[in-house]
Amino acid sequence: MWQIFHKLGSPKWFYGIASQLMPWLLWIGVGLFMAGVVWGLAFAPPDYLQGNSYRIIFIHVPSAFLAQSVYIMMAVAAVVTLVWRMKLADVFVKSAAPIGAVLTFLALFTGAVWGKPTWGTWWIWDARLTSMLILLFLYFGAIALGSAISDEKSSARAVAVLVIVGVVNIPIIKYSVEWWNTLHQPATFKLTEKPSMPAEMWVPLLMAVLGLYLLFSWLVCLRMQTEVLVREGRTRWVKELVQPGGSR
Amino acid sequence: MAFESFDAFIAMGGHGPYVWACYIVFFALSIVLIHWSRVQRKATLKRLAHRHAGSGKGNMAGTEDIERTGRTGADFARVKSSDQITDG
Repeated sequence: MWQIFHKLGSPKWFYGIASQLMPWLLWIGVGLFMAGVVWGLAFAPPDYLQGNSYRIIFIHVPSAFLAQSVYIMMAVAAVVTLVWRMKLADVFVKSAAPIGAVLTFLALFTGAVWGKPTWGTWWIWDARLTSMLILLFLYFGAIALGSAISDEKSSARAVAVLVIVGVVNIPIIKYSVEWWNTLHQPATFKLTEKPSMPAEMWVPLLMAVLGLYLLFSWLVCLRMQTEVLVREGRTRWVKELVQPGGSR
Repeated sequence: MAFESFDAFIAMGGHGPYVWACYIVFFALSIVLIHWSRVQRKATLKRLAHRHAGSGKGNMAGTEDIERTGRTGADFARVKSSDQITDG
C-alpha cells in the first residue's frame, strides 16, 4: 500500500503514465464533448419556456460543474501536500488552478449571457452568482500566491492553506439555490432523483459534462508534465528524456 | 434535427446572438488555454534540451545526485539572454 503511494508521488513514474493516458483522455474527451454539444445545439428539442436560449446549458453546466469539482480536487491535493508533503500533489494544485479559473470565468460568462434573455438582466448580486464570483477570486488568489513565493516548499504550503480555507465556499455555491431566494434554477442533475428534463436534453448534457471531465484530465496531465520537467530539470531521467532519441 | 433550415439554426428563434456568443467565447478561451499550455511545455523541453546539450557525457555522473536547491529561474534568464545575443 505504502509502496503504491510512494510510487504515485514519483514524478518520473507520473510522467510516464501520463504520457500513456493522455491520447485516450484527449480523444475520448473530444468525442464525447463534441457529440454532446452538437446533439444539444442542433438535435435536442427547444425548451417550452425558454425556447432556444436554453442551449447554452450544454456548455454552462459542464463549465460550472467542473469549476467546482476542480476546486474540490485541489483541496484534496492540498491536504495531501500538507500532511504527506507529496510534491506531486502541489504540482497538481499549481497546474489545475489556471484551468479552474478559466472554467469559472466561462460559467459566469455563459450564465450572464443566458440570464439576459431569460431573466432580463446580465448580472444580479444573488447568492449563487456572488459565491461563484468568489470562487473565481479564490482561483486568482491561489495562482497569485503560488507565483509570488519563490521558495518551492513555502509556496506549496501557503497555497495549500489558502485552497483548504476556500473550500468552505463550495457548499455555499451548492446550496445557495436552496437556502436563499434566487433567480437561478435548482440543480439540473441530482443523484437521488430522475432528471426533470427529457432524455433528449439530459443525455447530451451528461455527455458534455463527462467529455469536459476527460478534457480537463488531459490538460492537467499536460500542465503537470511541464511543471515536473521544470522542477526535475537536473535529474538524470529528465536529461535522458530531453536528449535526442529520448521519448517525450 | 430540431430546426427546419440552416438559417433557423443560426437564428435560434431570436436567441442566436446569445447562444453563439457563449459558444464562441467558450471555444476561443479553451483553445487559448490549451495553446498556452502546449507552448509552455515546448519551451520547457527546448530549454532543458539546450541546457543538457551544453554539458557533455562526462558531466552525466553528477546529474542524478544534484537535488534542486531553488527555482530554475536563474537558468531560464541565462538561456534567454544568450538567445538574444545570438539574435542580435
